[in-house]
Amino acid sequence: MSLDKDQVQHIAMLARLKLADDEFAETVDKLSRIVDFVDQLSQADTSDVVPMAHPLNQAQRLRPDVVTETVDRDRFQQNAPSVEGGFYLVPKVIE
Amino acid sequence: MSRDLHTQTLTELAAGLERGDFSSVELTGDLLGRIDSHDPALNAFVTVTAERALAAAKSADELRAAGKAGVLNGLPLVHKDIFCTRDVLTTCGSRMLENFISPYDATIVERLAAAGAVVLGKTNMDEFAMGSSNETSYFGPVKNPWDLDCSPGGSSGGSAAAVAARLAPAATGTDTGGSIRQPAALTGTVGLKPTYGRVSRYGMIAFASSLDQAGVITRSSADAALLLGVMAGFDERDSTSIDHPVPDYTAALSASVKGLRVGVVRQHFDDGLDEKTGAAVREALAVLEANGAILTDVDMPNLDLSVPTYYVVAPAECSSNLSRFDGVRFGHRAENPEDLLDLYCRSRGEGFGAEVKRRIMTGTYVLSAGYYDAYYLKAQQVRHLIADDFHRAFENVDVIAGPTSPTPAFKLGDKTDDPITMYLNDIYTIGANLAGLPGMSTPCGFVDGLPVGLHLVAPHWGEETLLRCAHQYEQLTEWHKACPEDFS
Repeated sequence: MSLDKDQVQHIAMLARLKLADDEFAETVDKLSRIVDFVDQLSQADTSDVVPMAHPLNQAQRLRPDVVTETVDRDRFQQNAPSVEGGFYLVPKVIE
Repeated sequence: MSRDLHTQTLTELAAGLERGDFSSVELTGDLLGRIDSHDPALNAFVTVTAERALAAAKSADELRAAGKAGVLNGLPLVHKDIFCTRDVLTTCGSRMLENFISPYDATIVERLAAAGAVVLGKTNMDEFAMGSSNETSYFGPVKNPWDLDCSPGGSSGGSAAAVAARLAPAATGTDTGGSIRQPAALTGTVGLKPTYGRVSRYGMIAFASSLDQAGVITRSSADAALLLGVMAGFDERDSTSIDHPVPDYTAALSASVKGLRVGVVRQHFDDGLDEKTGAAVREALAVLEANGAILTDVDMPNLDLSVPTYYVVAPAECSSNLSRFDGVRFGHRAENPEDLLDLYCRSRGEGFGAEVKRRIMTGTYVLSAGYYDAYYLKAQQVRHLIADDFHRAFENVDVIAGPTSPTPAFKLGDKTDDPITMYLNDIYTIGANLAGLPGMSTPCGFVDGLPVGLHLVAPHWGEETLLRCAHQYEQLTEWHKACPEDFS
């Protein structure tokens, strides 16, 4: 196994994912296989190769800084699990 | 009396509507009836929008009567459930979005509707488009109309199955590593993934933003050309949309393949390819050659690195894109969270399925401190090598042809134990995504009763070449007309 239980636990925390106890062993196994598989990239000779960030080598387009959208809050909040008075409710974060 | 409208292609239906042989309401009603009776066996739909479809069909008929018909007026199609549809459930195949009613339309949904298309429903898919068999969907796997024990491929499996089973003449799809082309090949349909940036991604739920592209699944290349003409073009709401003129794709179909330089990748016919599939593809290449195409061998030395490259780049981008699902503003939320961290972790842990979680974690790992250079940066470099392989090949050929998928449709459950076996399904298709190239699959035969696809890849903005080559091939063969027996 290229990854151990502690590493997977750490990655899950970074990714903000709670894994159920019964899916943990399988996740360690399958993630290890994926990491082993992509490890073959280390064999490729990439000296002097520029990393490719965009398939057509385009620069990020900018738009004029003007207001184009209005916020339709009531409509958007219809999908929210918990709202009150136009605010999204979350568990208390400040004591 | 059966009118057999379901057997007709989009192009044939357009002509029939124009002549007044039938109305859009009749056509839409027929197809909704077929969905009702056949979809329970296939599970190709997450949502059927029958009432909306009939209302849209009625208004299309009225527009036609008033002489105001758009190019797709009254023509039915289905959308992959990754496209946001205003006031309609948009699940992306995930428990996370099980109850998500989109407040807006994706650009392509808007454009197709403006041209008069009638939406029959939303199709099932691998969760967040992560899968090659449709088995990662929260709503259960889709069955292949050619053999209900087999997978239709993925991730646009519902779209492909619906079109193959004649429940809809056309469907939208998305393709990040082969998700339009592979299911098209496995269901005997035509699938087109355009050049990166050709079709707007606005309102298309993001998986891997440097690879994702929207396209279509149809029963002919002429139909694909018709739809692409409506969908393609610059969209200021998508920051990765590219401002490039949209040609008349239908006009491009008629040129013969005489003199077309077709590259055959030596590595495509190596060990991993099923023998009978390879024979069907060679036969297709021979048909092109007999009609004037010039076959040339091309070498793509970095091809075998495309799958591992993809499984670094795509998960990295997905881990970032899917961080928006936090259980706060929309999507699944865990009950009784202890604190904010618990809310995030449990909402995401419960809302995402196993494959999506694996990819988020793979992406998190390759981007994390200490591993970024070894994996992510390295993969971006290898991505460059792979793109260079294509660009070198296109110095000598107009199009590259080969198999779409290494085998015909496989049994459901056959490849779920090992993620790598599943990933290798996309070995021939992934390269086009990494390099941003347009790709296409068209039916080219059968192996033991299951369809095989011919894969074509062209240089950037070369959709016309793809459509021309595939359309001409379809004029010389009958494979794309074959219909699964139980759905005739």
